[in-house]
Amino acid sequence: MRDLWQGMIEAFWLIASFNADLYEIVLRSLQVTVTAVIIASAIALPLGAALAVNRFRYRRATISLLNALMGLPPVVVGLFVYILLSRSGPFGVLGLLFTPTAMIIAQIIIITPLIASIAHQAIRDLWASYHDLLISMNTTKWQRMRTLIWDARRSLITASLAGFGRAIGEVGAIMIVGGNIDHLTRVLTTAIALETGKGDFSLALGLGFILIALAIAVNMAIHAISRTERASTW
Amino acid sequence: MRYFSPLMGLIFSLAFSTASLADDIKVAVTTSFHNSGLSDILLPEIKKDLGLDVHLLVVGTGQALKLGRAGDVDAILVHSRNAEDTFVAEGYGTHRREIMYNDFVIIGPGSDPAGISTAEKANEALAKIADAEAIFVSRGDDSGTHRKETALWQTAGQNPEGFDVSWYREAGAGMGATLNTAVGMDAYVISDRASWLKFKNKGDSKILFSGDPVLFNQYAYLPISKEKHAHTKDELALQLEEWLVSKKAQDIIGSYTIGGETLFTPNANASGGT
Repeated sequence: MRDLWQGMIEAFWLIASFNADLYEIVLRSLQVTVTAVIIASAIALPLGAALAVNRFRYRRATISLLNALMGLPPVVVGLFVYILLSRSGPFGVLGLLFTPTAMIIAQIIIITPLIASIAHQAIRDLWASYHDLLISMNTTKWQRMRTLIWDARRSLITASLAGFGRAIGEVGAIMIVGGNIDHLTRVLTTAIALETGKGDFSLALGLGFILIALAIAVNMAIHAISRTERASTW
Repeated sequence: MRYFSPLMGLIFSLAFSTASLADDIKVAVTTSFHNSGLSDILLPEIKKDLGLDVHLLVVGTGQALKLGRAGDVDAILVHSRNAEDTFVAEGYGTHRREIMYNDFVIIGPGSDPAGISTAEKANEALAKIADAEAIFVSRGDDSGTHRKETALWQTAGQNPEGFDVSWYREAGAGMGATLNTAVGMDAYVISDRASWLKFKNKGDSKILFSGDPVLFNQYAYLPISKEKHAHTKDELALQLEEWLVSKKAQDIIGSYTIGGETLFTPNANASGGT
């Protein structure tokens, strides 16, 4: 219990003293995860819409697979990306291993199935009520998908935020592909793992509280920007 | 589509805004070296003298050797003589250069249920732990410390493979995590002295045995061979090696203390490596 209290004090002082290292790793955490969420959403939201609108032979199997991939073990994804990006691997010449780019790639793989699954669920429900209207207006598939994505945008923000939540707290994959290098690939979660390894529980907890606060702040900011839960909008 | 190109620009700049202009080099080092805090002293000096940014990947010796074999780092700093010799013999490293040594200690609960503090030799201390079947936590991660521990058990006439899990527990983790486990279980554990002194969650545990010369632990620096991996920064790796064996670096290493205790003994041979 003493460590918990110490952790809160530690978190407070780290923030209050404008600790440069802290701001650096917080910004890197955000840089990596926000980039990953943007790219993953750009893949996953149209994918979710396409799965809702299109009827094809292996649709059910594809959806099941996508749902199953929500539980991808990050360590395995990390190892997979490591092997691909290693100098001995197929993409070794790019020299991307142990860079933030490698961490972004790993996070995209982890969160794309999650965002796509939730997006598909939301768009499918909307499609049920829009189906007759959009068919009777003789729209193309592309127009239907665009309409559905736009009208389901609030649910889709939740889908992307779920991806953000998983990515910002992820440690297994980015530890392997990023290497937790100081001033290069160290982020909040890998710093927490490092401090725990040093037995410095109060500092680790302090960083943990900052990570949680960061996740809350990002979620609130997104909701404020997109004006959800207001009287005039649904 | 109006927003497309600025958005992509943003994404690419976020994704690739990591290139640095200064010379940099990636070195895989062992947790024991990094946890000691010595790297925090050495890296700024290296930056000052050579203008070189050294990016440390802190891993176990097993993983460091693996990263070296794959060509993902430019040099490694490890402590496991047999594995290093194999590494050089296979052509992955150009040579090995001894830099310094530190020592291992046996840590246990203050009550010392196996009574190892009266042992004369390390193998005697370990035999006492095995006889008492006192709880012992092993790294179990194929690191240099783990290999050393296995070798020490063998000198005590024991084979860790046959130990019962009721008292011999493999954590499969780095030094810090293993120490956390050992302290939590009131168990015996072998650690390098530096990691233990820097460790902040000591509980009731303390150093119960140290000083036997078999516990000395030699660190060596191995640059990765350009013949195996053409992209390695061999010149920078050699510059770093020359710096590490220089009088200045060796003095810094020898004068580094925690709580008044010297951690590393520099022993680089100025004339070259093997």
